[in-house]
This record gives sequence, structure tokens and C-alpha cells, in this order.
Amino acid sequence: MSLKKFVLGALGAAVLAAPFTAPAPAFAEDTLYLPKLVYRTGPFAPGGIPTANGAADYWAMINERDGGVNGARVIHEECEFGYNTDRGVECYERTKGNNGGALIYQPYSTGVTYALADRTRTDKIPLLTMGYGRADAGIGTAFPYVFPLMTNYWGQATGILKYIGQQEGGMDNVKGKTVALVYLDIAYGKESIPIMETLSEKFGFNLKKYPVVFPGIEQKATWLQIRRAKPDYIVMWGWGAMNAAAIKEAAKIRFPAENFIGNWWAGAEQDTIPAGDAAVGYKSATFSAAGTEFPVIQDIMKHVYDKGNGAGKENVGQVLYNRSVLTQVFIHAGILAAQEKFGVKAITSEQLRWGMENLKMDAAMAEKMGVAGMGPEISPTCSDHVGGGSFRIQQWDGKKWNIVSDELTPMDDLVLPAMKKSAESYLKEKGLDAVSCS
Amino acid sequence: MFYREAGQFKSSYKEDQAVFPILQDRIGIGIILLIAFVGIPLFGGEYFISAIMTPFLILALAAIGLNILTGYAGQISLGTGGFMAVGAFAAYKFATFTITVGGFEGTMPLVLTILLSGLVAALVGIMFGIPSLRIKGFYLAVATLAAQFFLEWLFVKVGWFTNYSPSGVITAPPLVVLGYEFNTAAEKYIFTLVFVAVLALAAKNLVRSHIGRGWMAIRDMDIAAEIIGFKPLQTKLSAFAVSSFFCGVAGALWAFVHLGTVEPEAFGINRSFAILFMVIIGGMGSILGSFIGAGFIMLLPIFLNNVPPMVGWDIGVDMVAHLEFMVFGVLIIFFLIVEPHGLARLWTIGKEKLRTWPFPY
Repeated sequence: MSLKKFVLGALGAAVLAAPFTAPAPAFAEDTLYLPKLVYRTGPFAPGGIPTANGAADYWAMINERDGGVNGARVIHEECEFGYNTDRGVECYERTKGNNGGALIYQPYSTGVTYALADRTRTDKIPLLTMGYGRADAGIGTAFPYVFPLMTNYWGQATGILKYIGQQEGGMDNVKGKTVALVYLDIAYGKESIPIMETLSEKFGFNLKKYPVVFPGIEQKATWLQIRRAKPDYIVMWGWGAMNAAAIKEAAKIRFPAENFIGNWWAGAEQDTIPAGDAAVGYKSATFSAAGTEFPVIQDIMKHVYDKGNGAGKENVGQVLYNRSVLTQVFIHAGILAAQEKFGVKAITSEQLRWGMENLKMDAAMAEKMGVAGMGPEISPTCSDHVGGGSFRIQQWDGKKWNIVSDELTPMDDLVLPAMKKSAESYLKEKGLDAVSCS
Repeated sequence: MFYREAGQFKSSYKEDQAVFPILQDRIGIGIILLIAFVGIPLFGGEYFISAIMTPFLILALAAIGLNILTGYAGQISLGTGGFMAVGAFAAYKFATFTITVGGFEGTMPLVLTILLSGLVAALVGIMFGIPSLRIKGFYLAVATLAAQFFLEWLFVKVGWFTNYSPSGVITAPPLVVLGYEFNTAAEKYIFTLVFVAVLALAAKNLVRSHIGRGWMAIRDMDIAAEIIGFKPLQTKLSAFAVSSFFCGVAGALWAFVHLGTVEPEAFGINRSFAILFMVIIGGMGSILGSFIGAGFIMLLPIFLNNVPPMVGWDIGVDMVAHLEFMVFGVLIIFFLIVEPHGLARLWTIGKEKLRTWPFPY
């Protein structure tokens, strides 16, 4: 290498380093900046793409139909992190100060949620982890900026067990049965274990735990063990490519699909369609109904897709797409609440925290937002960041998901004490004081 | 012209054996340290400091650790992630351990916690280094791979390490040293930088010492090294110990300073591979190479990801991510073809060229 080349190379490197230090673009007045951490690549892309599309389409629709939220245009920006926690944190740091400051984050990743829980507390930005993330974060006094709205993982586990009880004709009949818990062996999957152990002690069923190595594509050995154990029910805590593989493996060991129940991250078209016929009869929990008949989805088709925009037509109306839309509706409701209370259009992230704590998603509000019947009613408060909520069991018939159960609510007598205990130990380890809600 | 040693005479052994014997190098290092300690915290944006520089420094420290083992002592290791995990979880256990003596109740000082966690990692490193006496090369790589999988499994499986946290995630305590809390991005960066600067200097000196020469002798030909008096067992195990100490400290910093909370998955096999690539691309047997390699493997993908939006190229984020993978892969191949000895070697060549410039011969 000659000196000339070397110097040129060094100069080139210096020029290339410039973007790292480029300033953020100036922000216009009355905008709402909603960055979104997405993973359209990587092992979890099957679930990441519809969730990303749902959010992008919803805000495109709001900007198109209403000109923003009360006239404040929404700036929706994606940052790809490939379900890689380090890159997720990098995305958060990259975007949080742009366009006058990020209002809220929704990473759709338990790892990133854990990593951001502390950072968002210092930065005073809410973190919406609807139906995932730290189960103990529902205690608003310990986690003032984390919103695991709706039933959390622990609540979900108790609800699924209630459903198994219904299938058996009463909780007493669960005694002596064997329930296999198949989970992805990372923080997300393990979140379900403590409550399942508590349940197994309380209701007297045998709990067998089967970890699946991240990212969950290779599961042969696990299912050989499951076949030997002959469980009566299988409960699955899976995500991404793991789910379809598990459904296929379950069919191979001839496990009856109707006794195989996934959690709500293991029950979407992306999981069942690749599994083909093996998936017929497979069940999963869900807190968001699939389908395109809801007014909000109709509006998205009318205002976004009919004008040739839109992020991905094939996802519209799918379980994960609708769930993502529902998540945005909750954010929308939180923004509206905050705008009303503080009397400004371009609210700050701290004001949105108040908004999220005071949103009331009842029947009237759901009707107004065009999501009637899509999800449960919730009303979080300062101390309760879960806000109630319920879910249902859906079953795949080979073409679409059908709701097959009544509303299931968590066994709060088991879930709440566990959440409080965990939140207290978090505060103690971090040396933090609980936030006052009065 | 500017980089010429003519006229710089050494009149004592001390001067001759200095870490940076050439005046220009001393000035250069001084400028770099000044920028790192003063310039970046003062003028760097929060994103640059907390999401770019801090993780870069920590990974560079881990790369130095692996470089001592693989680059200097010639023992290939794929267990770096595991040793980092040992550091992180040991630091967590030390930090959450409360000492009660009479009416006094307190936890261990933070700096001591991190150094002790490095020592624990060193002990674990020695344990997994024992087979290195009998097996070499790729076979040893497989043995250290076992360390990686075993350690990761251990922290997932045994609840004691995480204080029985439901999801196996540990949460770092606040960074308090002598009553001062390191809170902002810049403070955390300085905290990391002090550790990295001191340990990098220590590593630089270590590899120039008797111990380091032993490592290199073992690397170049172990039988010859034994004949001239280096004991292979002690030499190899000391390399494992020192290497694991560095990795352990890096792991503790990763958990405590960078992420704040960490799950064992963060120290998975991919982390080990990434750090090995840093060493290979940066330069085997070079402390500078560890920094350059960490920069290449960690910063370049983030940079490539930032480019299209910066130049106003409006394509989907998934397309950007795929472009990032492609360009990054091509660059790795390019640099390994142009300079198989690593990027640090480019700097050495550059230095030599500068000495003869503008009259090359």
C-alpha cells in the first residue's frame, strides 16, 4: 500500500466519521414524535414485520384523515434493531432526542425492555410494553415510566390455566394432569416460569419445563423429551420462527393440537400458515381480535392503501397487525388525555406519562377510536400500570383464527402479590424509592 | 518529515525501555487521551457518548483480553462471552451482598466490586485453561467453546446467580463511588474510560515484560520455549488468568455501566465470535489492534446503518439493514485480503512509510 493510498484512506475515514456527529434536524412546531424500534430482519422478523406495519399504517392514517392528533402532526420514524438488545439500546439513544424529543417507546422485545427500563426513568420517557416485558412493571410506583398495559405474562399464565380448567370441567380436575411448558430460553420465555410453578403447587398439576434454545429453530431434542413425558396440555411461550417449528414438531409426535395452547406471542398467521395442516386446531391466547371489519382497519385501507401508500397489504387484519394498531390506539388515547389536561398540542413525554396513566378505554372510547370489540377495556392509574384487561383463546381452523373462549381474567390473588414482591426487590437492589401517587 | 526519529537519542535504559520511546508517539497518545478524557465528554452528543463510545470502549477491553490469550499466547478461545458473563454475574453478586457488622450495614465499594469480579473471572479462566496444556489450536477452541456454553447455561439454570429473579435478568445497582453517583452519559463514559485506559496501559506493559515474552515464546513454538526455560503450564495458565480478568471486568462494565440490566443471552456465543473477529481483523498480538478491531466490528455496522438516512436516501429500514450486512461483509473480506495481519498492521506500515516520506526508497 503506497503512502498516497494510505493518506487518502485516512481522509476517507475522517469523512465517513462525520455522520456520527451530524446534528438532529430542526423540529417544526406542533408535532408529535413517535419513534418505533422495529425488527424487519433477523430471526424474529416474521413477528416484527406485521407489528411494524400496523404502527406505520395507523399513524399514516391519522395524519391523512385527521391531520394528526388534534392538529399536531405525528412523525413516525422506524429504527431497525434486528431483535438485538445492544442495537435496540443504540436505536433508543439515536432517536430519543430527535424532532423535539421522543414521546414513547414500544420495543416489542423483552431484552430491550429490560435494558430501557432504567434509561427511560432517567430520561422521563414512557415505555409501553403492551402484553410483554417485565411482569412486575405493572406496579406504577416502582416503575413510573413503564406501562405493561393489559394482562401481563403472569396474568396470562393464570388465565390460560383457567381455560385448561374449563376444558377439564373445573379447576379440581386439573389435579394430577401434566402440563408441559415449552419456552424460548431467554428472559422473555423464562418470565412465565415462576407463576407456572406457583400454579402447579396450588392446583396440583405436574409442570414440566422444556427450554428451547434461542432463536428456536432447532427443537428436535426438546420434542423427543415431550413425547416421552406424554403431557395432557402443552403451553408455549414462543416468538418468531420458533412457533411454526414447534407446531410442526407437535404434529409429528401426534400431540392433539387442541390441547396445545400458545401465549399471545405464539398465535398469529405467521406461526400457523408456515406450519400448514399441522396447525389446524392449534390454540393460542390473544388480546386483540383479527379481521378487517373494524372501523379503524377500514379507515387504514381507505386513507392509506387506497392512496397507494401503506407498509404491507398482506398483513392488514392479521393478529399481530391488529395488535400493533390497538397499541397505537392506546397511545393515541394517552396523547388525547394529555393534550386535554395540559392544554397543549405538542405534549412532552412527561405529559404523556400522565396521559397514559389516565386514559380510559371503555366501550364509548373504543367506539370513538374505531376499535370496538378489538380488545379489552382498560383503565390504568398511577399505581396500576396494567389497568385491568382480559384476553381470550383463539383457534386456527386452517384459514383464519376464531375466538373459542369467553373472556379470561387473571387470578389476581396470585399475580398481584408476586408482582409487588418482585417490584420491591427491584427497588431495593437499585436503591430507589417508590414514587408517590398521591 | 514530521514522523522522523532523527535526533532523538536515548541516554539511559529507562528512556530506551519507555512504552512510547518516540516523541511523536507520546504527543499522539497525549492528544488522543486529551480528546478521550476532555473533548468527547465536553463536546460529544449524548447519543455518541452513551451508544457509541461507551460500548466501544468496553468491547475494546474485552478484545484486549482475548488478544492477550489468542494474539500473544496463541491459545485460541471461543469462551470470551462466558468469561464476560462470569464478570457480570460475579459483580452483581458482590454488589448485592450486604455486609452487616454491628450497627454498620453496607455494600462493597463499586470499584472493588468490579475488580473482584475480574478476579473471579480469572479463576474461572484458569479452570478452563487447564486443558490447554494437552490440547492446542482448534481442539482448544472447542474446549473453550464448552466454557462458553457451560457458563451461559449455569447462569440461566441456577437462580442463585440472579438472586432468583423471575426472568434470569440481573439489574445493576447505581454507580456510586465514594458517595459520588455516576449518572449522566458523560459520567458513565469517564468511569468506563478510566478502567479501560488503566487496564490497556497495564496490558501494554504486561506484554513487554518477562511474562509477556513468555506468552509469545509459547505462541511461536512451545517446545522451544520450554527448552529456554518457560514453564508451559504456568505461562499458559497466566495467559488464561489475565485474559479472563480483562474479559470479566469488561463483562461487569457491560452489565453495570452500559446496559444497566443484563440477561445471560447478552453474553452468548455471538458475543464470543464478535470479539474473536475484533482480534483477527484488528490485529493479533496488538493492543492498538484491539481498539481498531472493536471499532470496526462494533461501530462500522452502526455507521453503515446511519448513512442512508443521513444522506437523505429514503429506503425502508429493512433494506438499510440488509445493505449494512452486505457492505460490512464485503469490507471484512476486503480488509482481510489487503492486510491479513489486521488493521493494526496498516498503521505500522503507515508509520514506516511516514519515516521515509517524501523520499521513499
